[in-house]
Amino acid sequence: MPDVTFKVFRGDAKGGQAIDYPVPIAPGMVVLDALHYIQGYLAPDLAVRWNCKAAKCGSCSAEVNGKPALMCKTRLDSLPTGRPITVYPMKTFPVIKDLVCDVSWNYDVNKKIPPYRPAKDGRKIYQEDVDRVQEFRKCIECFLCQDVCHVLREHEKKAEFAGPRFFVRLAGLEMHPNDITDRSEFLKNSSGLGLCNITKCCTEVCPEEIHITDNAIIPLKERVADRFFDPLRWVFAKIFGRK
Amino acid sequence: MNYETHEHDVLVIGAGGAGLRAAVEVSAKGLSVGVVSKSLLGKAHTVMAEGGIAAAMANVDAKDSWQTHFSDTMKGGKFLNNWRMAQLHAQESPDRIRELEDWGALFDRTPDGEILQRAFGGHTYKRLCHVGDRTGLEMIRTLQDKGVHSGIDVYMELTIFRLLKDGGKIAGAIGYWRKTGEFVVFKTKAIVLATGGGGKAYQITSNSWECTGDGHALAYEAGAELIDMEFFQFHPTGMVWPPGVKGLLVTEGVRGEGGLLTNNKKERFMQRYDPKMMELSTRDMVARSIYTEVKEGRGSPHGGVFLDISHLAAERVKKKLPSMYHQFKELADVDITREPMEVGPTAHYMMGGVRVDAETGASTIPGLFACGEVTGGMHGANRLGGNSLSDLVVFGRRAGMGAAEYARKLNSFPLLDQGELEKAAKDMETPFQRSGDENPYQIHRELQESMQSLVGIFRMEEDLKKGINKIEELKHRAAKLAVKGERTYNPGWHLVGDLKSLLTVSEAVANAALTRKESRGAHSRIDYPNMDEKFGKLNVVVSRKNGEMNISTSPVPEMPEELKRLLAENK
Repeated sequence: MPDVTFKVFRGDAKGGQAIDYPVPIAPGMVVLDALHYIQGYLAPDLAVRWNCKAAKCGSCSAEVNGKPALMCKTRLDSLPTGRPITVYPMKTFPVIKDLVCDVSWNYDVNKKIPPYRPAKDGRKIYQEDVDRVQEFRKCIECFLCQDVCHVLREHEKKAEFAGPRFFVRLAGLEMHPNDITDRSEFLKNSSGLGLCNITKCCTEVCPEEIHITDNAIIPLKERVADRFFDPLRWVFAKIFGRK
Repeated sequence: MNYETHEHDVLVIGAGGAGLRAAVEVSAKGLSVGVVSKSLLGKAHTVMAEGGIAAAMANVDAKDSWQTHFSDTMKGGKFLNNWRMAQLHAQESPDRIRELEDWGALFDRTPDGEILQRAFGGHTYKRLCHVGDRTGLEMIRTLQDKGVHSGIDVYMELTIFRLLKDGGKIAGAIGYWRKTGEFVVFKTKAIVLATGGGGKAYQITSNSWECTGDGHALAYEAGAELIDMEFFQFHPTGMVWPPGVKGLLVTEGVRGEGGLLTNNKKERFMQRYDPKMMELSTRDMVARSIYTEVKEGRGSPHGGVFLDISHLAAERVKKKLPSMYHQFKELADVDITREPMEVGPTAHYMMGGVRVDAETGASTIPGLFACGEVTGGMHGANRLGGNSLSDLVVFGRRAGMGAAEYARKLNSFPLLDQGELEKAAKDMETPFQRSGDENPYQIHRELQESMQSLVGIFRMEEDLKKGINKIEELKHRAAKLAVKGERTYNPGWHLVGDLKSLLTVSEAVANAALTRKESRGAHSRIDYPNMDEKFGKLNVVVSRKNGEMNISTSPVPEMPEELKRLLAENK
């Protein structure tokens, strides 16, 4: 089979440029295969983050032909032929080297989320209760949703906005059938939930097909509205407590 | 030199299920704990575990008990297991699963609201608690979040390349940040190795890039004993096509849910090899059977056999095996709800590893503990599916307790030997100063080819000797490797370190395989096709003596009478 040219970003925080690499093509090949070929034969120091190569770990996120994607899942035969394939690091995070960016901010956000606390009486849990939450727990933390979210990507509001990944995590905790932590203050005041104007970019890019906007973000927004802006509920909660 | 230095009572190396569980335990004991992770947190190989976690909870089959789980594990391991590990594992895994639930994990449920359990190879009863086919993700996320909120310090994308000792006992470790390439020193009272396996020694493997046997090599270099290294599990069902995903795991859960194995004559060939257990025979047996079918010309177009689940309702397949459905659809253009998959054996799991005390995870080096895949003994000659995830949490907890107790008894931190430290740093840096054309990727490819063809599923003396010679040649070439580029996030440089581990592990596997002149579990010798009672009482031990690899044997620990009776009853 013929070679395809890959234009791969080489550089670091100070800057860089795309370098052309010719790569022989095999059936069923994905972008990550091509990068492994480049590492193995052409540029042994090409920095790429990857682990499972099976779309289960969420390590190999990048921008392929300008589109955020998991490289292990992006088949070459899904891309237009006859022109080079460009591979750039995610734009929203600072580049460390080549295709590897510094995603540590995400881990800092995660630490701030009030953790799971189980109800004291370990009660039975039914599949219906689990089904809704399991969707959120599918998240592989590829951070592609964070990468495309314009609040982070264009407006750089990392200090005040947790981002779609963590709304998914928050939803998973809030709707957990056995959790009793009250996260409403955090949701309203610290998570930046209000900054999301539900353009659904995150949902479109999610490789796990989690309905981030509809199933996580909107219900969380409703919770905040109910809790803080519904006077009847406020009085009720004062007397009987939440949940 | 002055290096960035951190101090922890206990340092855990590895942030998969075992390492995180160990760290949580150390933290719960009130000691300071650091966890070093070669990748980002939450990406460890545990995330790839699919089918489930084994525990005799008896939620689906009320007859299940730890005794039956213990017997199944010993039978699967061809009675070479460390009986005490197998016993503790069977007794404690239900509690470890309830504990995961207390920390927020959500397993699939039975109609009456208990944790659902599915069938798996070698398990008498439905025993595997699961979340569809992404059980490992659920586990690692639960442990990750529990850990983060327990105050453990996580060092992400940091690779340890040498353990440091003070006299005979552990004193610390040296590693480097991938992000900057700078060295980091850890001063510690105890180390828990939880580095997983070394599947990357093989060409066709389900393992990720990280699985290079680092802990096996670190422990070996520090003077610890490794046992059962000849037992390398080939999972029967890996993907065989397209080329880029060859080896990728197809969960045993497919067979657990009723998937059928057939050859190109549409025969359910397991009839020939294990008519009683059929598709749910143990992994060693199914892998050998598939290998034989393909070799004798009854394979599928891409050199595997067929695995078919399309007789189930499409919705059920998508519900119970969602990631398999997507994996085949997206990577191989196969709709598993309508057509069969093509599968073949893939290097998956190391039964062999650091010899540890069952109760505490202590190795033969004071201060060095280990848990999970890096240890040997628990699974004997062949691991049952689902017994790995439970191993991680049962022995992760125990190694954490063992290390914490040991650390607590030390009044002060052991001293780091500055000379040893400088030497380790220099060894790691040297490849940048060398020139030459030897490429680490080339050496890795040659190692994988040799291990695959010479130290694979079926072995014989001549091949093993050839393999050992090849490994020797590669060791010499690897010692001369030159690295290009900078220290910042340089995968070529990283691979030089990984190769050192892989070559040690490969040498141990090949030599142990040469020593065991019988076939047992995952170790199949063409020249010694039968089990030999004499070898059934021996573990092969690998250790370092005067800088050379030394192979010896030691008797398998004797089981108490009541467990012997139990095994006889469950035969």
